[in-house]
Amino acid sequence: ILHHHIAAVEKLPLTTSGCPLVIQCKNFRIVHFVVPRERDCHDIYNSLLQLSRTAKYEELYAFSYNPKQNESEQVKGWQLIDLAEEYKRMGVPNSNWQLSDANRDYKICETYPKELYVPRTASKPIIVGSSKFRSKGRFPVLSYYHKNKEAAICRCSQPLSGFSARCLEDEHMLQAISKANPSNRYMYVMDTRPKLNAMANRAAGKGYENEDNYSNIRFQFVGIENIHVMRSSLQKLLEVSGTKGLSVNDFLSGLENSGWLRHIKAVLDAAVFLVKAIAVESASVLVHCSDGWDRTSQVCSLGALLLDSYYRTIRGFMVLIEKDWISFGHKFSDRCCQLDGDPKEISPVFTQFLESVWNLTEQFPQAFEYNEAFLLQIHEHVHSCQFGNFLGNCQKEREELKLKEKTYSLWPFLLDEQKRYQNPLYNPDFSPELTLLEPNTVSFNFKFWRNMYHQFDRSMHPRQSVFNLIMNMSEQNKQLEQDIKELEAKIKQRNGQSDAFPVKEHQQPAHPAPLALKTPPCFKKEQPLIPVNDAVRTIEGSNAADNRYSEFVTEYSKAEPAVVSLEYGVARMTC
Amino acid sequence: MEFAELIKTPRADNVVLHRPFYLAVEGTLCLTGHHLIFSSRRQDNAEELWLLHSNIDSIEKRFVGSLGTIIIKCKDLRIIQLDIPGMEECLNIASSIEALSTLDSVTLMYPFFYRPMFEIIEDGWRSFLPDQEFELLSSVTDEWRLSCINKEFSVCPSYPPVVIVPKSIDDEALRKVAMFRHGSRFPVLSYYHKKNGMVMMRSSQPLTGTNGRRCKEDEKLINATLRPGKRGYIIDTRSLNVAQQARAKGGGFEQEAHYPQWRRIHKCIERFNILQESLIKLVEACNDQSHNMDRWLSKLEASNWLTHIKEILTAACLAAQCIDREGASVLVHGTEGTDSTLQVTSLAQIILDPRCRTIRGFESLVVREWLQAGHPFQQRCAQSAYSNSKQKWEAPVFLLFLDCVWQILRQFPCSFEFNEQFLIMLFEHAYASQFGTFLGNNENERSKLKLLQKTMSLWSWVNRSEELSKFQNPLFEANSLVIWPSVAPQSLQLWEGVFLRWNRPSKFLDEAHEEMISIIKYNKELQAKVNALRRQLAEMETDDRMQENL
Repeated sequence: ILHHHIAAVEKLPLTTSGCPLVIQCKNFRIVHFVVPRERDCHDIYNSLLQLSRTAKYEELYAFSYNPKQNESEQVKGWQLIDLAEEYKRMGVPNSNWQLSDANRDYKICETYPKELYVPRTASKPIIVGSSKFRSKGRFPVLSYYHKNKEAAICRCSQPLSGFSARCLEDEHMLQAISKANPSNRYMYVMDTRPKLNAMANRAAGKGYENEDNYSNIRFQFVGIENIHVMRSSLQKLLEVSGTKGLSVNDFLSGLENSGWLRHIKAVLDAAVFLVKAIAVESASVLVHCSDGWDRTSQVCSLGALLLDSYYRTIRGFMVLIEKDWISFGHKFSDRCCQLDGDPKEISPVFTQFLESVWNLTEQFPQAFEYNEAFLLQIHEHVHSCQFGNFLGNCQKEREELKLKEKTYSLWPFLLDEQKRYQNPLYNPDFSPELTLLEPNTVSFNFKFWRNMYHQFDRSMHPRQSVFNLIMNMSEQNKQLEQDIKELEAKIKQRNGQSDAFPVKEHQQPAHPAPLALKTPPCFKKEQPLIPVNDAVRTIEGSNAADNRYSEFVTEYSKAEPAVVSLEYGVARMTC
Repeated sequence: MEFAELIKTPRADNVVLHRPFYLAVEGTLCLTGHHLIFSSRRQDNAEELWLLHSNIDSIEKRFVGSLGTIIIKCKDLRIIQLDIPGMEECLNIASSIEALSTLDSVTLMYPFFYRPMFEIIEDGWRSFLPDQEFELLSSVTDEWRLSCINKEFSVCPSYPPVVIVPKSIDDEALRKVAMFRHGSRFPVLSYYHKKNGMVMMRSSQPLTGTNGRRCKEDEKLINATLRPGKRGYIIDTRSLNVAQQARAKGGGFEQEAHYPQWRRIHKCIERFNILQESLIKLVEACNDQSHNMDRWLSKLEASNWLTHIKEILTAACLAAQCIDREGASVLVHGTEGTDSTLQVTSLAQIILDPRCRTIRGFESLVVREWLQAGHPFQQRCAQSAYSNSKQKWEAPVFLLFLDCVWQILRQFPCSFEFNEQFLIMLFEHAYASQFGTFLGNNENERSKLKLLQKTMSLWSWVNRSEELSKFQNPLFEANSLVIWPSVAPQSLQLWEGVFLRWNRPSKFLDEAHEEMISIIKYNKELQAKVNALRRQLAEMETDDRMQENL
């Protein structure tokens, strides 16, 4: 267990067998240790507490992690995702949109990237004026441009409107965005917050756009809750999933009370609203929440994912995360508690994004090039602090930390082991470029993501995985195709020179072993998520005692806990 | 009686059919004695819908002006809507459907009129005979015998004519035991575990009453299944409380004092109207698309359906565990021994016995543990989730069993020869069918109805290769292991194939499934081809070598 993955350590009251220690991880693993001596337990507890709370970025794993890459590989790794390239792919700059250098030295907005795309008609004074009227200077900029509809997804933070303030430059800015869309005169402004929250913000001099002041806007609240609600929702969810021996009704009511799936649905509903505005009405949409780095990132990125099939490929998904999350300043460091900081800043906003994507992959099994393991691996590394990508809160901070020199990028490593993350059912023809996904957001479509929240509880998962099997099979098919080609060539060769001296052939085994996809050392895990071998067919580990069918089990066949050795002595593992 | 008397209007034109996720179609509606037939007139989009009247669970009518609307809710949970112009026509059709879908005589049902359009290769009525089953058993043990004590259904009306009992117990003793058990359902063999020779028996509750009656023969019978010095388990599918209350009505449970070698475990599995209400609530929740997340989850919870699944699976796993892990014999019973008892005994066999995970083995299991064992299908499946009338005997006992099998299938997708469609097909036919298999409440009634002579067996149709191919699981790879499913709430899922089947478009899921099958097929083709080429190459080599030697 990586120290950075530890979310909480808890010492439970002393029992006869020793002192129980519970470690909760950010990847939702829960480990129980029983340490025989209380003193040892206390020492371990204190050490873990210290080790899991880092005060400085430089102490994080990424700065000491060395994957045996040389410098040029390191540089190349960081160049893998090029956002300028991505905007070009979308079709900007063009006659309506241009690159602005207004934020060259992070002067206007510290939390935005340097390169920003804005409407051509938005002059620098308009940009500067607008940014002064927006919380944290996050003025409206382009997030995604839809070539065919010529409509754009733009993002910003809330206006500092208070009860009556207005700003002409900001109004011009919005007008410039709607004018940049030749096919539709009006634009949507989506405030992703619940109306009440937005109204409360007015008292603090912030708020939302007044439709009377802005021409041609259609204003809409979509009601995604704030980071604090999400944090406590996840907390409740984990309390439920962490309880052993739950009844079905306890589980379902716990799930309901946590509100978690309701929030996931709200996020996806918001994205669907955005996508409809663009795809059906060809209208541009400006999305914001309070600061425009949490809910806004969720909605913009999911919207783009639904609109553009590129983001449903492995590389495209990396680009999407780089663009809407990393570069636009989603505060990964604060939200994931990379450093010992304000616990009120922690929130599972990015986890929710991944979960929304997972729900989409469930509804459209053939639309995504990547699989669940890919989403889980990204989630793992957002918290692991092993790679530089997710460190810090914004691009400016990352530059100051010199991450590109001192740490490595995650993406090349994921691409190297791409095979593990490929969806065998993916059908690129299913969705040609810019094919819209129209998810069904009726409540019953949203499911509890067992593989995320119980990734490490083996007994809960299907003992045979259809998915792994198909993945191996399609991998094997490639190998077989290759074999056939080789064999056919050999036979042809033989027929051609039948009188030649026969070459001794090496008889291959009848069934070629599926390609062994080796896990590079940097991704070492006790339990590879996808055991890529023939063992997937066996059903070992299916154990009557695991499942606690009855109180009777404990009476008759007490399962002996596995023994693991620890540096501090021998502890019994009872998880 | 003539069906014509019931059909007031046999045909209506310009009827519009509405189904969720399909465009409305206009066409002609015809009523026959057993079917409602809708066919669209348009040449380019000729479509026909045949619906068995017996599949109709409830019917509602509404009028807007002279346009009548009939909403038909089916036992397979589908809902369709028909717009019929003309008030009188609509009323006539509605009342005809109502009469035809609630015929009270079994012999008027469609299976008695159905003439198969396929060639019968194997008569399904003779596919699964008790003698064959006993033959299999006697190849591994000689401690059991086939008793014909119930030949005329004289001892136990809900048992088949022949049953398997311990060899050491004669028919005279069986008669005495029958007097001591509810509905005369004395303990009989349900399953023999070859691995260790342990057995599972089933019966109904003992009639101990309040004064603790006992029956020496009963004790002797069940003790005959124990190895010397070994203990056995009695799994009572009622809570201790319910079992105790049953004594007041003459029922009861085995007292420790009289059965010292047996340990009794109570597992509470719900019955009758509680299950029926659960189904009604669940389907209601699934059919309402407007529920927000909290409401959906609370409705799902309130239905208790998944709780029932968990209870049943847990009890079955417990029985299997006693047999396989504890090496003990098991007796399972509830009150009558015709519902929860059968759920437990049949699921335990699926867990323990690889044969039950094959298509034929599963069919045989359904025949043995449900049809011959006397599960009252006709009473239980008379109405489904849309029934308005409060009838006492309906309960989705068999559907719950199928759902449990589906849960295990989902957890062990390579261990079953059949697929989800097979289970769905059985669900449909249990509620409405052209075949006689699920008619009647027990073998006694079936023989009186002369189903063997007058109707076709479902198995005759299913076991033809054309049909079988639809139900085969391409991932199947026989494994001889015991499969222990997880019963954690996180592992149990709503059976979407049944409950959301008509409530969401499934195009993408179906296409993905087809893609999966084609990958498997392609894999098999490639392997075959590689092997053929290798052989060819090897032959060429030996030829060469022979030439060389010459």
